[in-house]
Amino acid sequence: MTENLNVIVATDCGSTTTKAILIEKKGDEYRQTFRGEAPTTVEAPFEDVTRGVLNAFAELEELSGRKILDGEKIITPAQGNTGVDIYISTSSAGGGLQMMVAGVVKTMSAQSAQKAALGAGAIVMDVIASNDKRLPHEKIERIRDLRPDMILLSGGTDGGTVSHVVELAEFIGAANPRPRLGMTFQLPVIYAGNNDAQDRVSDVLNDKTALRITDNLRPLLERENLGPARQEIQNLFLEHVMAHAPGYKKLMSWTGVPIMPTPSAVGEMMQAIARKANINVVGVDIGGATTDVFSVFDGVFNRTVSANFGMSYSISNVIAEAGIDNITKWLPFEIEEADIRNRIKNKMIRPTTIPQLLEDLILEHAIAREALRLSFVQHKALAVGLKGVQKLKDMSESFDRVAEEETLIKMNNLDLIVGSGGVLSHAPRRSQAMMMMIDAFQPQGVTMIAVDSIFMMPHLGVLSTINEKAATEVFEKDCLIYLGPCISLTNSGKYGSQCLNCVITYSDGKKLEESLLFGDIKVFELGEGEKAEIEVTPARQFDLGEGKGQKITKEVTGGVVGLVIDARGRPLDLDGSKGKEPRGEVLSKWNTAFNAYPT
Amino acid sequence: MTHAYTPGLRLADKLQIRKDRNLPLPGDVIVKKGDTVKSGDIVAMTNLPGKVHAVNVINRLAILPTDLRKNMLKKEGDSVVKDEPIAETSPFIKMFKSICLSPITGIIESISDITGQVLLREPPKPVQITAYVDGKVVETIENEGVVIETNATFIQGIFGIGGETTGELQIVVNSPDDIVKPEDIKEVHRGKIIAGGSIIYSDAIKKALDTGVKGIVVGGIRDKEINELLGYDLGVAITGSEDINITIIITEGFGQIGMAQRTFDMLKLREGAVASINGATQIRAGVVRPEIIIPYNDEDTSGKSDESGSADGKSAGISIGDQIRIIRNPNFGMLGTVKSLPSELQTIETEAMARVLEVKFPDGQTSIVPRANIEAIEK
Repeated sequence: MTENLNVIVATDCGSTTTKAILIEKKGDEYRQTFRGEAPTTVEAPFEDVTRGVLNAFAELEELSGRKILDGEKIITPAQGNTGVDIYISTSSAGGGLQMMVAGVVKTMSAQSAQKAALGAGAIVMDVIASNDKRLPHEKIERIRDLRPDMILLSGGTDGGTVSHVVELAEFIGAANPRPRLGMTFQLPVIYAGNNDAQDRVSDVLNDKTALRITDNLRPLLERENLGPARQEIQNLFLEHVMAHAPGYKKLMSWTGVPIMPTPSAVGEMMQAIARKANINVVGVDIGGATTDVFSVFDGVFNRTVSANFGMSYSISNVIAEAGIDNITKWLPFEIEEADIRNRIKNKMIRPTTIPQLLEDLILEHAIAREALRLSFVQHKALAVGLKGVQKLKDMSESFDRVAEEETLIKMNNLDLIVGSGGVLSHAPRRSQAMMMMIDAFQPQGVTMIAVDSIFMMPHLGVLSTINEKAATEVFEKDCLIYLGPCISLTNSGKYGSQCLNCVITYSDGKKLEESLLFGDIKVFELGEGEKAEIEVTPARQFDLGEGKGQKITKEVTGGVVGLVIDARGRPLDLDGSKGKEPRGEVLSKWNTAFNAYPT
Repeated sequence: MTHAYTPGLRLADKLQIRKDRNLPLPGDVIVKKGDTVKSGDIVAMTNLPGKVHAVNVINRLAILPTDLRKNMLKKEGDSVVKDEPIAETSPFIKMFKSICLSPITGIIESISDITGQVLLREPPKPVQITAYVDGKVVETIENEGVVIETNATFIQGIFGIGGETTGELQIVVNSPDDIVKPEDIKEVHRGKIIAGGSIIYSDAIKKALDTGVKGIVVGGIRDKEINELLGYDLGVAITGSEDINITIIITEGFGQIGMAQRTFDMLKLREGAVASINGATQIRAGVVRPEIIIPYNDEDTSGKSDESGSADGKSAGISIGDQIRIIRNPNFGMLGTVKSLPSELQTIETEAMARVLEVKFPDGQTSIVPRANIEAIEK
């Protein structure tokens, strides 16, 4: 059934709006054709998610001329200009899926459990571990206070420690936690730890919680097995969390495949893209309350969610975490700290307002840079190799030694960065989005930068699980907007010193030669889909990823902004020009290079 | 979007309000349907389970988990007092005896043969729920709580800190644009809720705290004052549980912003009445705004609402001639009337395309403002 799809309607029920898109097969290829949007109706006075879905469908019908509904019933299959072949949906309404995870060793089983929960689309409220330095009563209080939607308990390799994981189960039992939704229901707990401890954990938790037992997510120190735990999380998400959310029972009966948590669907999409082009990808979705970061490096998928970094509800928290100096450093104009603080707090309490003054827009873009940067730092810290590998000892010995953090995110091997979310997708000029992403992620070597045009990654993610061809075609043709390649240094140097020479040979034979000093950033014309041969030769002490002084020659494809050569060094130091050029002037120069803001 | 979303706050001279007063855990409801209650009256009570403490007895006594039970002096369910022995070893030579003492007064909740852990629980903590508002009990939910109904003046604030409190309402300034100064707060304001003005600074907040004022309702406040009061930078607008001995509600926003005339007039009219206020704010889906409820004592007052503004999340259709307030720079806080509502998207200073409206200010000047940046305040 899923192979012969000609007309697909997909929705994403977000906290604020329900977004519907129509995907149609035109000739041999799938294209996204129409889009409708309506407020989500999970909250009072409607308290029925399907109202918002029907409203979004009504807008789609109006725009496309296709009759989708017969009363409140979706017409299937498609015939001519009537009906659709399948309806699919994702959901993050009602605060998404909020979980707590527990494991024995913080950097081993607890971290694997965290990855499993994040990968399944959850927000992880807290990670409890036997060695997290909190006293037992503090852990119990924390479990009781948080009221998650579910808890994932892991710990011990198969045949390994029993007592530690049972101890954690005892803490959960003593806390007797209540679920966030539905006071009278038992809290779902998934046990995915040492299989030798299953009976003991069951004795402790069976009467107090809705316990599910699944395969150990860390059966060996050297191996993670996150699939079964993720699957169980998604099953429970549908059975417990969604089933208690208003209107979802009806919605679930409409969809052709199970409803997915929105971030989980975006993760599916990222993996599909990385798989298809055999590339390393980093994706980010910066919302009002949270920022999700996804990565696929050498086929390994990771997702993190920074629950309190966002551009409206959580905007004030970005300042609290980053510090006001890290915000003002991006502003090319003077502004009093108190003024910034009041403006940001006003945005926080009235999150639906939009910047009207250019100054306010630049301020929001400064905050976005820091929100993205901090979220990426958190992502890099979690996207690490397995700890404890190749150490032939038992878990209890492992308590004493924690292997050095080694992130899987190698910036020099990153091929594509995809940005999504209002501040990036709806930036008045595309060059603003490109600057924000380059400044926040600081790519090295040659990296393509792109944005999601109208936030349809969740829809395509769930589609990719049933028809990957349709999902990737629409993603490439209608969803992604390539902003252009960015060629960056991997190291640092002295501000103003001779840094690199570049030769760009366009497809029509035209040649362009340019020299850049350290601290410069330049944008060269190279339109969407246009190809050019570039030859960049760094000075002796500078490195473009191939070694110091080593030239790179490559064919690159352009984007709507152009080809960017970034000679500002890594890590990017905004004080590098100190004593030579005021920071405000340097920022203005960079903005001018991108033609980022009106003058 | 096809749907114009115009955030607004509720404001009503007279409104029938129902407040759910629920226990955190099942317990006893101690009033009955039809009872008339005062704000401070207790309507329901329960016991919260005590804190749990874990003691790893096998480590303390240096024994094996399998030997735990035979070394325990207490069993599950037994009461213990602080420093009472709960387990001890019986070695051949008495001087090698190890004793494990109870860290708390409470009961033994569980003894684990696997982990060697003994969990002890403190005695339950009683919790009482008050009526919060003067009114009538219109519904009781067995073991869970009650619903209180009252006819009251109802004003939603935009942001607050501090939880529920009640007190007599006193206006301390002459106009909604005045600054609330330390000298405006006097000894007579002890135990009361003071209101009015465009801003309050640290010195006046300190005076209010020293005087024993229970609550402050004001147009605006600086972020700085909130930081000083809380002792930390507020990251996310989820408030209400701060332990600061005062509840503060702002009606307009951060910075100096005159209180809306109608809000000021309403508060002035009800001066001397007992107000119930709650600073709890939660700006997420299912938004919670701070509230000021001033019940009427006359029970016959019909609950006809004379309400303006709109509940958050609902659409308030804006028409030409409507009074609006601008809620973002430039002209933040200014009032005006809608002069025109162009249907096409327009390019604003940031170059973004936005739905806009033309606003006319009292001095006759006009300005184009994104519709997202206004709120309807009164009709």
